[in-house]
Amino acid sequence: MALMRITSPHAHGPMTTSRVMQNVLLATVPGIIVLTHFFGFGVLVNIAWASILALGFEALALRLRKRPLGFYLGDYSALVTAVLLGIALPPYSPWWLIAVGIAAAILLAKHLYGGMGYNPFNPAMVGYVVLLISFPVQMTSWAPPRGTGELPGLLEALQACFTPASFDGVTMATPLDVLKQNNSLLLEDLWQQNVQFGRWAGLGWEWANLAFLAGGLWLLYQRIYTWHAPVAMLTTLTLMSALFYDGGSSASGGSPLFHLLSGATMLGAFFIITDPVSSAVSNRGRLVFGGLIGILVYLIRVFGNYPDAVAFAVLIMNLAAPFIDQYTQPRTYGHASNRSDG
Amino acid sequence: MRKVFGFHGGIHPPENKHQSLGSPIAQAGIPAELVLPLSQHIGAPAVPIVEVGQHVLKGQQIAEPAGFVSVPIHAPTSGTIRAIEDRQVAHPSGLSARCIILASDGKDEWIEHSGLADYRQVERSELLSRIRNAGIAGMGGAGFPTAVKLAVKPDAKITTLIINGTECEPYITADDELMRERAAQIIEGTEILSCIVQPDETLIGVEDNKPESIAALQAAAQGTAIEVVVFPTKYPSGGEKQLIEILTGKQVPSGGLPADIGIVCQNVGSTVAIRDAIIDGRPLISRITTVTGESVQEPRNYEVLLGTSMSYLLQQAGYQPDGNKRLIMGGPMMGFTVPDPQVPIVKTTNCLLAPSEAELPTPPPAQACIRCGMCAEACPASLLPQQLYWFAQGREFEKAEQHNLFDCIECGACSYVCPSNIPLVQYYRAAKAEVVQMRRDAEKSEHSRIRFEARQARLEREAAEKEAKRAARKKAAEEKARLAAEQGGAGEDPIQAAIERAKAKKAAQAAGAGGESEAEKLEKAVQTTRKRLDTAEKKLAAAMEEGSDLVSALQTGVDKTRAKLEAAETALADYHRANPSTEPVTAEPEVDAAQAAIKKAMAARAAEADKSPEQKARDNLAKLEARLAKSEARLEQSRAAGEEEKIITALESTVERLKDKVAEARSALAEAEAS
Repeated sequence: MALMRITSPHAHGPMTTSRVMQNVLLATVPGIIVLTHFFGFGVLVNIAWASILALGFEALALRLRKRPLGFYLGDYSALVTAVLLGIALPPYSPWWLIAVGIAAAILLAKHLYGGMGYNPFNPAMVGYVVLLISFPVQMTSWAPPRGTGELPGLLEALQACFTPASFDGVTMATPLDVLKQNNSLLLEDLWQQNVQFGRWAGLGWEWANLAFLAGGLWLLYQRIYTWHAPVAMLTTLTLMSALFYDGGSSASGGSPLFHLLSGATMLGAFFIITDPVSSAVSNRGRLVFGGLIGILVYLIRVFGNYPDAVAFAVLIMNLAAPFIDQYTQPRTYGHASNRSDG
Repeated sequence: MRKVFGFHGGIHPPENKHQSLGSPIAQAGIPAELVLPLSQHIGAPAVPIVEVGQHVLKGQQIAEPAGFVSVPIHAPTSGTIRAIEDRQVAHPSGLSARCIILASDGKDEWIEHSGLADYRQVERSELLSRIRNAGIAGMGGAGFPTAVKLAVKPDAKITTLIINGTECEPYITADDELMRERAAQIIEGTEILSCIVQPDETLIGVEDNKPESIAALQAAAQGTAIEVVVFPTKYPSGGEKQLIEILTGKQVPSGGLPADIGIVCQNVGSTVAIRDAIIDGRPLISRITTVTGESVQEPRNYEVLLGTSMSYLLQQAGYQPDGNKRLIMGGPMMGFTVPDPQVPIVKTTNCLLAPSEAELPTPPPAQACIRCGMCAEACPASLLPQQLYWFAQGREFEKAEQHNLFDCIECGACSYVCPSNIPLVQYYRAAKAEVVQMRRDAEKSEHSRIRFEARQARLEREAAEKEAKRAARKKAAEEKARLAAEQGGAGEDPIQAAIERAKAKKAAQAAGAGGESEAEKLEKAVQTTRKRLDTAEKKLAAAMEEGSDLVSALQTGVDKTRAKLEAAETALADYHRANPSTEPVTAEPEVDAAQAAIKKAMAARAAEADKSPEQKARDNLAKLEARLAKSEARLEQSRAAGEEEKIITALESTVERLKDKVAEARSALAEAEAS
């Protein structure tokens, strides 16, 4: 009888990479529902089209790299990238815009760097930034949320995506945009004059952020990642906005609540900066990583040229992650200091 | 209630302990053949002290320890030594190792043995030597010689003695059963241990998933100073370092030993073995082994004689080979697969796990590391396994060491939680082995470098010395020539000069009070020549020792000097024979030494000249043959005396050369005879 010879451990836990990715996908569902409720079917069309493209590009790249398709497609990582980018893009985006974004994310940011696990940058954010720089007009045209006008139906949403020329959509500046352009009104007046501000941070946005927060908390509970990066990011963002709030004058950067619940704050905190591949590795490292992202998000939102900042902040910190790792090695059992050579 | 501490990381794999806990410990019985590997412990393998065919009794020592970190081996039953040969053993390498094969005679006849009546009255060193002589090595799995572990430095104060009853590995229940059934013996053994190490406190650590054991121990410990400490179940609490942290909050320094922080740790199984050795005088010849897994019908614990084959034990438990793809010695986290069910149970075999494929499925292919960090969360050593994996894969061993690769205890928690199914521990083992090999290579090449440089320096020094001597000789010769030129002009005949010098000397002697007698002169000549021969021989010996290439030249010099000495001695003897009554020696004006020498030399030359070329050649040959015989004799002598290789080689080359010369002389003689 030939006995198998393998080294320990022989037992394995129930967790698999595909389950991790499935959990992440599942956790985006509340956010997607809220976004769809407020901005219409454009959100779903975005995500669906992005997913189809991502699987296609992933398969193409694997084919070119002579890797087994089933084994790699089964890890759901391309799908996660597609869903995150689909959520981040303005609803009713044209098909080609999504295609360019997904191509950049899957081919450029992921497979050119060696595929799954080897990408230094968050693929979805690379796709997003490529689009933001190349097509700023399309990328900043957000549909008006429910409550400010009629939402397009499913058919119109498909039309907007696949025959963009025939779609005559209405767009509206996002609250972050409006706040950035404001230099004469007190925040109180601004809120009253702009219907899209909603209660705290923008009609639709505040609820979408809360939904992503809920999804993120569920992932934390599932121990998919640790609390360090999200908590650090939200903390520094709160601190920065509290520091520059100045009670709501016309020069105010916006309240902490506004910053926490607008734009891509919660999506970023719980779904983007928690991407393990491109973030710092140790818990202390993730505190630094998340904390600096929070500061950068605020700085870029308030003092930069782009209304939202998560994508840029994440990419910059992706670049810094190996450096952070170098200085945040945890103290090993039986060692006096954090570094074996120090 | 005592405060217990936590440790970083850890996991909660399914325990799977209930399967083997249904029935009490069973006796596995005496198999027909026992295979006893000489190495069942960490350290040097034991050395057999029995011969094939010898009859031995149960408990008789059959192999003795080799060195300090080693333990003896005893016959687990009575019988005959069948063989001492290489057999496949339970080792991760799957290699064979030397074993003593014992054919049991079924009588199970004990050798005379006795324990100590009162171990408290005995020296600590006596207790330690009894533990060592009983062949006890750590029975928790590592197998480190127990006596060595207990022999802490006399100045090191042990504050805490910890008895490890944690048994955190899934499936294994050997210690659990032992604690349930033999709690009193564990307490007895613990008291012996605390008598040896004299700690301030003695703790027995047990995980809270063993309530029966805890109750049994607490009952047995009543009235003693021993405290049973219960803490939450988590793998790997039973790791020595983790258990120490749980019970004391202290961490063993990296690269250090528990004794460095005043702690000694012993497994409950070893504790019972120590008790048996001290109280009963019974050496370690059996142990408790769990046989479990879905491929055995009746999982339970057995008391099994060391050397029993695994298949014998498996059969007793109702082994179903179908569907059992791997056989694991130890648990599912740290155990290793054995190559063949015939391998024997040894001192460290705490469990035999025969899982079904459904139970422990063959690992699927590994996916890419997504650096999720679950491994870092699980690591009890607070390492960054994902980084270590990255460095191991990229062969960046220096960075891996910087990330404390060598603090990895290979518990397998990281691999267990890895969602990508990466066999992380395997990468660390390989990286550690590579680093160790690299260190060894570096050490070796450094050693070679130093040796090479030393040789180079010596050769240079020798060359410089030789050159300096040559320069000095040259200078002296030039000086002499210059002086000669200054004194006597260019065209002076050196022979004439010598004659004149001799004459002058003679005149001076005649003018002086006594003057040396001929005999004294000859005596002096013999002495000086002997002295010269001595020096020359010393030089030759030195040259041989160094293996210098001057050996042959020096050899010729020595030969020449010896010939001169012989001539001088002959001359002296001749003189004595010619002048038997020269005692006391009186100066004789007629005897002019210088004149005589000159005459003698002239006569010799004339005789030489008179000789036919044939005669000359013959003489030459005879001389050479004599030298050859002498050299050969010397060579024989050196060989017999077992002198250094260099000297023998030098002598050999001399003999060779002389042989050549003899051959030359022979052909010259033949030529001369022909003409």
